[in-house]
Amino acid sequence: MTVSELSAKCGFETVCVPDNKRQVSGAYIGDLLSWVMGRASADNAWITIMSNINVIAVAALTDVACVILAEDVCLDDEIVNTAKSKGVNVLKSSLSAYETAILLTDKI
Amino acid sequence: MSEPLIFHFDINGDDFSTAGQASVQIKKNLRQLGLSPEIIRRVSIAMYEGEINMVIHAHGGTADVKVFENYIEIILADNGPGIKDIDLAMKEGYSTASDTTRSLGFGAGMGLPNMKRYTDDIKIDSILDVGTVVTMRINIS
Ligand SMILES: Nc1ncnc2c1ncn2[C@@H]1O[C@H](COP(=O)(O)OP(=O)(O)OP(=O)(O)O)[C@@H](O)[C@H]1O
Ligand SMILES: [Mg+2]
Repeated sequence: MTVSELSAKCGFETVCVPDNKRQVSGAYIGDLLSWVMGRASADNAWITIMSNINVIAVAALTDVACVILAEDVCLDDEIVNTAKSKGVNVLKSSLSAYETAILLTDKI
Repeated sequence: MSEPLIFHFDINGDDFSTAGQASVQIKKNLRQLGLSPEIIRRVSIAMYEGEINMVIHAHGGTADVKVFENYIEIILADNGPGIKDIDLAMKEGYSTASDTTRSLGFGAGMGLPNMKRYTDDIKIDSILDVGTVVTMRINIS
C-alpha cells in the first residue's frame, strides 16, 4: 500500500507527502535516533514523538517510507519545508504511538 | 587500480540543525553513481552516526568519502577530546552525551555499534586531547 492510501485508510493527517507513490511495509516505533537507524528497515513506517530537524535527516538516510508523528506532535514550518525538499513523507496521528501502530495492523 | 572518487566535507561543530548534511549529500552522490540502495543505506547511516558524533562530542571535523571500484572508505577526523576507552565506547548503551543532546534524540550509545554493524571494517584511532580518526570500509560487490 502507498503512503497516501495508508494515510487515508487510517485517518491520519497529511503533513507533507512529497513521495506519494512510496510503498510502506512494516513499522518501527522509536524516539532514540540511533536505535531507529540500527533497527528500522527500509520502507517501514516510523512512528515517533520526536519533532526536531534531525528526524528528517534520519528518515531520509534510513529509507523509511514515512514518518508518523504520534500524539498530535507538530513540526515547525521550516522543518516541513526541509522534509518536502528531501522527499520525506510525514503523517500525523492524534493517537499514542501504541494506538497508531494498532491502526497499521494488517494494512502494511 | 584506477583512482578513487573523493568527496570532502567540513563538518561544522556548532550547529545541530545542519548536522547530517554531509551524509545526505553523500547519499545523493552515491545514487548518481548508480550504487545499490542497500550499499547506499549502509554508507549513509554509518557516516551520519560518525558525523553526529563529531558534532556532539568533538566540535566538528572533516569527512572524506573515497569511492573505489570494490569498496567505499569513509574517514572522519576531528580535533576533539579523544576517546579514553574505545572498547567501552563501542558498547551498546555507553554514552557521555549531555542532557541537551539527549533531548534531541541522541545519546542512546548506539552510534558506534551501528557504525560497526553497517560496515565491513571499522578502525578508531584516538588520542586524548588531540582527536579521533574513524576509518570505515564498506565492500561494494
Ligand atoms: N568523535 C568523538 N570524539 C570524542 N568522543 C567520542 C567521539 N565519538 C564517540 N565518542 C564517545 O563515545 C561514546 C559512544 O558513542 P556512540 O556514538 O556509540 O553513542 P552516543 O553518540 O553517545 O549516542 P548515540 O550515537 O546513540 O546518539 C560517546 O558518548 C562519546 O563519549
Ligand atoms: Mg553517537
